[in-house]
Amino acid sequence: MRGLLPFLASRLLRAAISLWLVSTVVFVVMRLSGDPVPLLLPPDAPRSEIFRVRAELGLDRPLPVQYAFFLGNALRGDFGQSIHFRQPAFRVVLGYLPATLELGLTAFVLAVLIALPIGVLSAVWRNSVVDQAAMGLALVGQSAPTFFIGILLILVVSLNFGLLPTSGRESWRHLVLPALTLGAFAMASISRLTRSAVLEVLGADYVRTARAKGVSEALVVAKHTLKNAAVPIVTITGLQFGSLLGGAVVTETVFAWPGIGRLAIHSIYNRDYPIVQCTVFLSALLFIAINFCIDLIYGLLDPRVRAS
Amino acid sequence: MALGGGVFVLVLVGVALAAPLIAPYDPIRQSLRARLAAPTLAGADGKAHLLGTDHLGRDVLSRAIYGARVSLLVGFAAVVVGGILGVTLGLLAGFRGGWPDSVIMTLADAQLAFPFILLAIGIIAVLGPSFPTLIVVIGLSGWVTYARVLRSQVLVLRSREFVDAIHALGGSVARVIARHILPNVLSSLVVIATLELARAIVLEATLSFLGLGVQPPTPSWGGMVHEGREYLDSAWWISTAPGIVLMLTSIIVSRTGDWLRDLLDPTLRGE
Repeated sequence: MRGLLPFLASRLLRAAISLWLVSTVVFVVMRLSGDPVPLLLPPDAPRSEIFRVRAELGLDRPLPVQYAFFLGNALRGDFGQSIHFRQPAFRVVLGYLPATLELGLTAFVLAVLIALPIGVLSAVWRNSVVDQAAMGLALVGQSAPTFFIGILLILVVSLNFGLLPTSGRESWRHLVLPALTLGAFAMASISRLTRSAVLEVLGADYVRTARAKGVSEALVVAKHTLKNAAVPIVTITGLQFGSLLGGAVVTETVFAWPGIGRLAIHSIYNRDYPIVQCTVFLSALLFIAINFCIDLIYGLLDPRVRAS
Repeated sequence: MALGGGVFVLVLVGVALAAPLIAPYDPIRQSLRARLAAPTLAGADGKAHLLGTDHLGRDVLSRAIYGARVSLLVGFAAVVVGGILGVTLGLLAGFRGGWPDSVIMTLADAQLAFPFILLAIGIIAVLGPSFPTLIVVIGLSGWVTYARVLRSQVLVLRSREFVDAIHALGGSVARVIARHILPNVLSSLVVIATLELARAIVLEATLSFLGLGVQPPTPSWGGMVHEGREYLDSAWWISTAPGIVLMLTSIIVSRTGDWLRDLLDPTLRGE
């Protein structure tokens, strides 16, 4: 366990800096947007009323003071009242969070369950038809825009064959297409990386030794290869999980999935800035927390990482 | 492969530049009589619509051709913005070291540790969508790779004896950069810029799809997919035509980038 504490501390510091930077950008962008008070009041509100609300929101104070207040409030989960919902923004966003987590987790599990076997088989049957088809598809999955993958799935699976519903969140059947869409990029990345990680290990000396000893090919793959290919696969898999959050905005919009991504887009149309701020901040927090956990797991798995 | 990719991009640029000459119709002219016409040689308005018409009777082919302008303009401009910013910051970090280096690299790490699209959405939500905002935001999303490559190149070269010799002979930092660093990183920059172009085009289309990019009635591929979404059941061509062009562009450009990387600079693989 030597070196784990300093490693942990440096990663924690980095996570804190990321979060602080994101919140600072959110603050600066908010200030650039000008005075939010006219949005809160009817257009014919008297000047005295405008000044009262400005004072109430602390907008009459110097910028550094406002900034300190903003950071303090953000840490306590206070992003102000949602203009549209007339409730604390934080509470509104929390209400939409479970749908996003459900979609994200399903997409992630689907991606891993599909990508791992494909990656391993592609490596074992290198240059076969299976390998070429899978890697061709993976290339498409990595460079095609998420929203258009969703549109194509709706067009073919829902409208053409009538197999699954196009939008909404009612049963597990509503979850399949959004999860596949959101998971497509991760699926492609994980299968490509698994393939190259397994290929690398298959060429290692100890694998040749195992084969020379007469160990069957299936056992070579299962026992000697997968375990050693695991570290890079775990890392990329974890990173993919984090980036699913960004894709959720797009996927939720395509499939009318009632999560925080769609909420954010709607709030932009409604000029409901407290909600937008809160969503960006909360997503950043989630993303940074996930990456921190991955770093931690990685550090535990592979002591060499701690040194760097 | 790269040749094919290069030809594809050139053709696309040609199509974008010559849009007014190639496009069969005005991309924003509506024709209520010819609404939602399937791909046809003789529509209800007596005209040919090779890729059909949309919900306002506008010709999808003409709109897709004009859409290439938006994608390429925003894509190339964003790559330039990100490239200039990244190269400058990378040089600064490499040559100055010390706190500027720490600040720049911490910023880079922080940005990589966050799904940029969320930040882009926040910024565009507040500043309002416009071409300059779009270009700057997408450009900002892509500076990190340039900066890292430039910085590491500077660090490698800075400690070489010939650089000391140039300094000793009175040569300026600018001379070292222009004569020794930039030629060394040129191929890396070409590779990064190609990969960034694919990413920028997809990001622009994604933002336009979300309604945060190019605003109607200006045709953009992402915006067209968005407009056709409600008509998928009855008029699939509205979304599908621009979507497929976009998908092909993204795949071909990024494959060209991969190919250039393997050819010119395999060390970039990890980036």
